Amino acid sequence: MRWLEKQRNIIDFTLSSLLRRKTKNIALMLVYTLVVFVLASVMFFAGAIKKEASIILRDSPEIIVQRMVAGRQELAPVGYMEVIKKIRGVQSVRGRLWGYYFEPVAGANFTLMVPEGGAEKGQIEVGKGILRSIRASEGDMLSLKSYNGDWVLLKIKGALSSESELVSSDLILISEEDFRRVFGISKEYFTDLTLHVHNSMELNTIAQKIQDLYPDTRPIVRDEILRTYDSIFNWRSGILLVIMSAAGLAFIIFAWDKASGLSAEEKKEIGILKAIGWETSDVIVMKFWEGTVISLSSFLAGIILAYFHVFFTSSTLFEPVLKGWSVLYPHFRLTPFIDEAQVMTLFFLTVLPYTVATIVPSWRAASVDPDSVMR
Amino acid sequence: MHGVDQMRKSSIYFIYLAVNLALVFLLSVHALFAVKYASSGLTLKAEMVKKLELTDLCLFTEARYTRSLSQTDFNTPFQDHPMSLEHFPSGSIVEPPAQLLRKGDRL
Repeated sequence: MRWLEKQRNIIDFTLSSLLRRKTKNIALMLVYTLVVFVLASVMFFAGAIKKEASIILRDSPEIIVQRMVAGRQELAPVGYMEVIKKIRGVQSVRGRLWGYYFEPVAGANFTLMVPEGGAEKGQIEVGKGILRSIRASEGDMLSLKSYNGDWVLLKIKGALSSESELVSSDLILISEEDFRRVFGISKEYFTDLTLHVHNSMELNTIAQKIQDLYPDTRPIVRDEILRTYDSIFNWRSGILLVIMSAAGLAFIIFAWDKASGLSAEEKKEIGILKAIGWETSDVIVMKFWEGTVISLSSFLAGIILAYFHVFFTSSTLFEPVLKGWSVLYPHFRLTPFIDEAQVMTLFFLTVLPYTVATIVPSWRAASVDPDSVMR
Repeated sequence: MHGVDQMRKSSIYFIYLAVNLALVFLLSVHALFAVKYASSGLTLKAEMVKKLELTDLCLFTEARYTRSLSQTDFNTPFQDHPMSLEHFPSGSIVEPPAQLLRKGDRL
């Protein structure tokens, strides 16, 4: 109990001492909180979207076969389908029809796709993002300019659910006949082929066999799809981290300057404390509490604000960065998948160094003779 | 007000710390429930991906190789125009030149 009471007395003194240099310490805490907030926001956002992508895309096609000509993706002929179907281990092959359509009025790119099982001719289902960008609603007509300049008039039969916006915001589900009319693709071709296999362990072997049969193809296995998202968000976060590391370094310099170069006033304070009977260890404990008060308070405030930013305001501050040039952007709210290990890492990277940097110079000042420090 | 004045500074700080820790705890509980609650939405999205054989998230619709990132090959970022090297990060980090933002000039 005595020990606890002693610590409380030291904390009381520390807080009074911090309040004497109010402006400086409040500024320091604001910068500290801001740095933790930005770092934690990136961490929460990247972690959540990665996890969400891995869940959503785990049932994406097992193998996709693209045909490449002169470094560009070309249409895959029906004949390829027939041969690939005969490879041992292949359960089924389907020709996918999909493509991009640039809508000049809205300035947005749409993704047109023929769903498996087909769609009704002359009617389409569209993603919410499209409805927003062309200011249309269910029952309206949408005209698409075909490859030869003719207009193809389509009725918006329905909208894809808002909940699925993260995958469907720019989608137009269209019938095969209308799709081929818009893009002028003959019945002998598909955009690419999707495969289902009996044994998922054989994916790479089958992909290799396809490439041996057709060297102009590029098989993409499901793992690659999942890996793409894993690495792309690391990379994006990485780039953001490069930008933020500049802010982080500025903060470290600020904190280091504050912590290592004790002001004359602080040295005098330590001298007086020692002269009135404080032990060196007491001075170090006081400085430990000073570092902890600033860094722990800022850390907690930073992560709380970051959580609200990412999961309650849909990362408003990141939106312009993520949007890039896109006109059509999905409205989505991320699921808060939090990695505790990452939060702990952030804690050790922000709270510990500052606390240590506060203690070391005080220990040096506290171990010299009070008389010389006060002079 | 009088009570607060009489309160020890350490008590005020501990109250502040306790409020913060309580908030962190509440947010952890929120995350736990939100993940549970979101499972139906995630299933819906996963089913749509399976049914329509989708491959990508609709996050970056600015260009075809950013819309379908997983379908991109090594050549695509260099196809649109000579300035389009390394499009993936620039689309989200660097603002494109003003003339490229004109309607109709979009990639």
